[in-house]
Parts: sequence; structure tokens; C-alpha cells
Amino acid sequence: MAYGVRLKVWGDYACFTRPEMKVERVSYDVMTPSAARGILEAIHWKPAIRWVVDAIHVLEPIRFQSVRRNEVGSKALSGKIKSAMKRGDLGRLQLRVDEDRQQRASTVLVKPAYVIEANFMLTEKAGEDDNEGKHLDTFNRRAGRGQCFHQPCLGTREFAAHFELIAPDADLPASIDESRDLGFMLWDIDHHAKDRPSLFFRAALESGVLKVPRPNSPEIRR
Amino acid sequence: MSPLANRYDFALIFEVTNGNPNGDPDAGNLPRLDPETNKGQVSDVSLKRKIRNYVELARAGEEGFHIYVQDGAILNDQHRKAYRALRPDDPKVDKDAKLNPKDDAEAIKLRDFMCLNFFDVRTFGAVMSTGVNCGQVRGPVQITFATSVEPIMPLEITITRMAATNEAEKKQKAEGEDGDGRTDNRTMGRKHIVPYGLYVAHGFISSKFSERTGFSQADLDLLWEALCNMFEHDRSAARGEMATRKLIVFKHENALGNAPAHVLFDRVKIGRNVDGAFRAIDDKGIGNEPPARKFSDYVVEVDESGLKDIGVEVHYPGGL
Repeated sequence: MAYGVRLKVWGDYACFTRPEMKVERVSYDVMTPSAARGILEAIHWKPAIRWVVDAIHVLEPIRFQSVRRNEVGSKALSGKIKSAMKRGDLGRLQLRVDEDRQQRASTVLVKPAYVIEANFMLTEKAGEDDNEGKHLDTFNRRAGRGQCFHQPCLGTREFAAHFELIAPDADLPASIDESRDLGFMLWDIDHHAKDRPSLFFRAALESGVLKVPRPNSPEIRR
Repeated sequence: MSPLANRYDFALIFEVTNGNPNGDPDAGNLPRLDPETNKGQVSDVSLKRKIRNYVELARAGEEGFHIYVQDGAILNDQHRKAYRALRPDDPKVDKDAKLNPKDDAEAIKLRDFMCLNFFDVRTFGAVMSTGVNCGQVRGPVQITFATSVEPIMPLEITITRMAATNEAEKKQKAEGEDGDGRTDNRTMGRKHIVPYGLYVAHGFISSKFSERTGFSQADLDLLWEALCNMFEHDRSAARGEMATRKLIVFKHENALGNAPAHVLFDRVKIGRNVDGAFRAIDDKGIGNEPPARKFSDYVVEVDESGLKDIGVEVHYPGGL
């Protein structure tokens, strides 16, 4: 890869929620490409570039734990916000947690650690002064110093991700010696598609490495 | 209201004495435990709840410091009723019509309104069903699970109450026992406590996200105040004695940061105090030490050497 980057990320917990199990969240076994993209974008992103994840190396055994928490059952309704704006009064604009409570369990990954291999391409929004070298330097400089736009996370924001750049000439840390079929996994979400935005691919762990298909390749299904 | 110019990472060190810092609904309200290490946990949402409650107390009724995710009764409702009495021409009750903003511009208006008025939306973000990509506000403040420094030993305490809940229960008790009148009405209950636990939570504040939600320096000072004092106003039968013992704030010179967060957190070392000497928690030589039962059984050290050179300042808000 001409403009490849390699980033090691790890943390205490992770939850890459399976879309079919969103209420009582169950995590995928391995980080999804879209979560990996989010981590890269937390460090450096501009509309001029698009991150493409090539592979995800799993460095630690896949283990799960269950956590149950009190969560609120509803979102902030825009209609209510609007009417409060019109009235000029905040009355009744709040969420009462004790009346709108749901206890939900999450099945989360324990002590995950990954290496994300990725590269980026320029989008049509790239201007005159956007070139690959510049963005690559920016990313490497930031990741090398531990700088970020916001602290990246492993799936959800309460599970912060620590990250470390792996120098281009350094060896990759060893991945786990495990191969398994991970079934259909979320590849990413196409926010421009109206009706079926989620894209999936058939994921398989081969000696601890999850190969991710390129965008627009036939392996990706809607 | 200018946004923050610096990135912050913080470590919050708090203790619990003879109380339950955060019950686990999956385990009959036992203190949360990491089943693999037996270390105690306090969930992120539990800490955020306390911050919200503190701000609600400290800034009651102040413009711009309302709390969106409310807990229990709201005093302000009384004040609002007065407002409504003053403005009888306002529509009394708005029907919950399904409304979605027409376009992105309106979604941004709604978002800004929420951020301006509600401290918790500005700080932690909120998910609003605006129909435009969920209208998520990601707040600048991110808090992780708190974990205890050492494994905790939850105790189950059985307690009794000298009253029955209802007549039927009283009858049942009376039939079952031929004891004296004192035991007739007695019901048994359970409490779970942690004799002592010292917990550490990590947090992150992104200056870039503060630009988006309008989280200002004044909000930041209020957040530090809340982190230092939130347990002081959260007393209850279940909690025992909880207190923030230390708040260590790493302030980066640069908005994007000057050092990786994990490297900074590694500089906070917590060990056991053995005759005044620092001994690491995993030191095999302290196996015979009695279990920790107070804060002075621990030593918290922050290695500040060379931090100035890389552009990171350490603060201890609240003088802790």
C-alpha cells in the first residue's frame, strides 16, 4: 500500500454492536471496519480524504463479559424542542430517567487489542492543496504524538481507545493464532443510501487477521 | 462563551467506605465486579448521573444550566408555573405531533438551542430524533468505567425491620412463629457493602468538540467542581461514605494534545502504603499486609518529571 498506515489500538472493554442485537447489545467478536474507520477519523480526517480499512489484526484472545446498566428509553424529540423554542420556555423539556428507564445488558469484549491497517484515498472534495503526502504526514504526526481530534473509542464512547502508531519499518505485533468464520459482519454504513444504508461482508479470521474487502468489491452486500 | 483551547485528560480517584458505589442489576444489586479480576467497577453512566445531579443543585434555575436527563422531582416546574401564569396567551399544552426538521439548517438550530440551555447536552452530548442522521450531539466530555485499584470483597449484610409490609405478612409471620411479640412483625432485608474500595475513572475532554457544543471554560470549571463534590450531595443509605480523593488533570498545551492519554495515565501510580513506603499493588512482598480499609493505606504518586517539556501541565482542582 502506497499510503498505508498501521495503528495499534487497545482498551479495557469494547462493544462493536451487532445491528441485529441492538437493544441488549451484543458485540461482534472483532472490531468492524466501520469502527476502525471511526478511530482513524478521530485522529485525522477532512472531507478531502476517505479512510479505507484493509485489515484488522486481533492481538488478544476474544473474550466476553456482560454488563447491565440503567439506560433511558427514548431520545430527545425534535418536536418538543421546537415547541419549547416557540414558547420561549423550557417547561416539560426534559427526560425523566426514573419514569423512562430500561435496564439493558451489553455483552462486551474484554481487554481487546488490534492493529488497524488502512490507507486513504482522495475524494472529489479534495482541493488544490490536498495531496496524499500531506494528509499521511498529518496523520502520522498526530498518531505518533498521541494527538487526536477527540479520544477515539472502541465501539461506544465509554470504552476509550488508547492508540499508538506503528512505524512503517517496525514489525507488526503477533496476532492470535486463531481462524474462525465470523459470519456476516457490518462493513460500513452508506449514509447517502436512503433505504438500505448498511453494507455487510462475509468476515473470516485467518490466523488472527481479518481481511477487509475494498469498497465497491463484489464481496460487499447490501 | 469561547470554546476550550486545550485538550484535557483526567483521572478521578474516589473511595467508598462501607457502602455500595454502584449496584449491578444483573446480580441482585451487588456491587459491580469484574468477574475475571474481582475488581470493583462503577459504570460511566453512574458517574455522569452524579455530575448532572450536582449541577442541578449547584446551578438550580440558572439560565443555561438546566439538566435535560432529569432525576426525580423538578423544583423549577414551580417557577415555570409562575411564568405561565404571567403569560396566559402562550399555548398551554403542546400536542406531541410527530415533527421532523425540514432540513439540516433547522436541525442545527434545534441542536444549538439544546446546547445553549442544557448543561448535560453541552457536556456529554445527546441523541435527538431529528430525522436528520439522528441529530446526534457528541459532547466533549467522555468518561470511562471506574475500576478499583485492588480486588474488592463485597459483604452481604442482613438487616431486619420492625414492621410488616401489610396485614397478610403479619399474619403469616405470626402463624409461623411462637416467639414473643417482638419478632411478629419483623421482616428481613439485605444490604450489600464494600468495606473499602479505591476506584479510578479516566476521562477525556476534546477541545474540538467543545467548539461544536459551546462547552466553555466556565463549564469546565463547573465540571471540575462537580467531580470534586458530587459525592457530597449523593448521600444515601446504600452509598455509605463516598468521596473524591484526588482529581488529576492533565492539560495539554495543544488543542489536539501533546502526549498519548495512556502514557499520561501511566504516570499516576497507586500503591499500598507499607510503613510510609510506596509498594506496588502487584508486589508479591505485600501479600501478608492486611486489606486496605482507609485512604491512607494507599499512596498516590504522580510522576510530573519532564511533563513541562512536552507541553503538559498537571492540575489538582479543588486542592485535592
